[in-house]
Amino acid sequence: MYRYDEFDREFVAARVAQFRDQVARRVSGELSEDNFKPLRLQNGVYLQLHAYMLRVAVPYGTLNSSQMRMLAHIARKYDRDYGHFTTRQNIQFNWPKLADIPDILEDLASVEMHAIQTSGNCIRNVTADHFAGASADEVADPRPYAEILRQWSTIHPEFLFLPRKFKIAVIGSSNDRAAMQFHDIGLEVRKNDVGELGLRVFVGGGLGRTPMIGKLIRDWLPEEDMLSYCEAILRVYNLYGRRDNKYKARIKILVHETGLDELKKDIEEEFERIKDGVLKLPDEDVEAITAYFAQPEFDDLPMRDESLEQAKLDNRSFARWIERNVSEHVKPGYGIVTVALKGTGEAPGDATSAQMDVLADLGERYSHDELRVSHEQNVILPHVKLGDLKAIYDALLVAEMASPNAGLITDIIACPGLDYCALATARSIPVAQELSQRFSDLDRQNDIGALKVKISGCINACGHHHVGHIGILGVDRRGEELYQVTLGGSGDEQAAVGEIIGRGFSADEISNAVETIVDTYLARRLSDDEIFLDAYRRLGPQPFKDALYPTKEAA
Amino acid sequence: MSTLFVNGAVTEDQWVSVDGEQPVPEGEDVIVSLAVFEEQPHALLTRNAGRLGAYLEADDQIDAIADHLELISLVALDFPSFADGRAFSKARLLRDRYGFADQIRATGDVRIDQISHMRRSGFDAFLVSHQPTIDSLTEIKDSGLDLFYQPAIEGAEARPALAGKSWARRAL
Repeated sequence: MYRYDEFDREFVAARVAQFRDQVARRVSGELSEDNFKPLRLQNGVYLQLHAYMLRVAVPYGTLNSSQMRMLAHIARKYDRDYGHFTTRQNIQFNWPKLADIPDILEDLASVEMHAIQTSGNCIRNVTADHFAGASADEVADPRPYAEILRQWSTIHPEFLFLPRKFKIAVIGSSNDRAAMQFHDIGLEVRKNDVGELGLRVFVGGGLGRTPMIGKLIRDWLPEEDMLSYCEAILRVYNLYGRRDNKYKARIKILVHETGLDELKKDIEEEFERIKDGVLKLPDEDVEAITAYFAQPEFDDLPMRDESLEQAKLDNRSFARWIERNVSEHVKPGYGIVTVALKGTGEAPGDATSAQMDVLADLGERYSHDELRVSHEQNVILPHVKLGDLKAIYDALLVAEMASPNAGLITDIIACPGLDYCALATARSIPVAQELSQRFSDLDRQNDIGALKVKISGCINACGHHHVGHIGILGVDRRGEELYQVTLGGSGDEQAAVGEIIGRGFSADEISNAVETIVDTYLARRLSDDEIFLDAYRRLGPQPFKDALYPTKEAA
Repeated sequence: MSTLFVNGAVTEDQWVSVDGEQPVPEGEDVIVSLAVFEEQPHALLTRNAGRLGAYLEADDQIDAIADHLELISLVALDFPSFADGRAFSKARLLRDRYGFADQIRATGDVRIDQISHMRRSGFDAFLVSHQPTIDSLTEIKDSGLDLFYQPAIEGAEARPALAGKSWARRAL
């Protein structure tokens, strides 16, 4: 993985010193909260309902074990002993004291981490496929591109006060595990017929109150032009994006209102002007960054590990965990482990400092010192020998992280909601907790099969409800929480925005409603192999409406 | 009371701003709003005495003056608020796309924490009313970093930092 060079180290250290000065000016009263706000936001510091919140960047979701240990240390020393992994592959600490934050940033810098641009109207932490460099279906590792973008976008002087936040995701496989088409810019690394690497470019995707699927603006962009093209997009957006209404300020609205063709003309014109300039990426520099992401030295192993097969026969729970939480690795004899931070009744994405320490140990011992954070709020051990899986499982069991539910109905994405967030209009964590209890029976979960439930506590859609197979949006209606259900959304390569199924449900009713939806699916599916999303696409909303609203009133 | 900083030094303002109500004074260096400019571009561009500057509000685009830049000696770009970053891209376009070499002046809500970003986007003058910013700039403290992850306006004068990172810059 990427290691800081002298430049990165100096940069991050200088940035911490700069923020320490700004915090001191805020504490002394020289800076008002209004003036401090844009500065703290560019360093990941939010003011939430009850306290400041610090969001730490995990660039493209990749961590080593000493970084994970540092996150555990920060949770223990400065927070309430836990952290929350987010849908943008970052981690949030909910209770730091403002005066401690410069020290936290200094601790982070010591392990090559920072909180730069994890908030504010700037280019946010670049995300990537959490299986990058490990999955069997990959054309190229997307992380070198994400790292180059991270560097280019860091304190880019022109793009720190954009109309709104700006999110970029990069994938390197035709299977989209990063919801790439729901980003302001989505990039897919591809190879052309003669083996050259380049990118497919999408623009104007996003969730929030106006969900939109990204539009294909370039089917092929040579990799040397990546920064020039992104700079052209950002420049056009910065000049022309709406600033009169923050809910219409994302680039998706500019694309929608201007029309892709006309906007593309402006972008291409600017790109033509700058593409042979200083941003053109020399091959050797792409190679230099790519070298940081070289595969670890894997052993040559047989496809099948006998000890694993025996352990699966001996232990049904273990076999079930393998079935759900281990994915195919590019190297025979290895697997990719998804550690689901979704135990029954837990807040999705939360991990205690002790759990983070366990994850760090497992990463160091069994996964070439690498871990990943997924946008589905789980932690990944990307490079694990099949013969080590049982030891990992046993350790996870003790640490209460062995939920065998990756991709199942209880592997829920949820935003922090009204329990923490100043924007929220309803709680989301308790809904997730109740659903995870309601469906805790593993046989039933496995019978239901792949089903993505995503919950947002307000219309800003941090819980990605628009792309949930079942999406739940909590709103406030006359002082009461009301949960609106969407069906048929998907964040993968067959991107789709879910459709609202009918009137919302109260907090007491929502779990029953989900159960009704699931029962309807089970009764109507063609076979066990037809997953919920496929069945919904075949059946359409009507059978679900009929089941949810039997009298056909407000449906 | 605003203070003008040009190339880092407190400078007496030689320019008179004309907002449309009063006539354009002869013989003076004037900065006119886009509305005034568009009313009588020919007369303004062909004045015999006094230089011409253009003032663009946040909603005004560079295109409106692009054809006349060789006769314009200053462009003032407004920041109606700290958070409105359109002028960064406009300054960048003036320098890069149009090769504008004269003064680009930041006006409006100009704050110390943005000065280095403004410089790197092409501004060389700052008309500041925010007192802490005036104090800091007077002490020559602009609170910016001198390491940059991307080439910008000073790209040509700064040196690339390290082999393998053609985009990174270190201030000279």
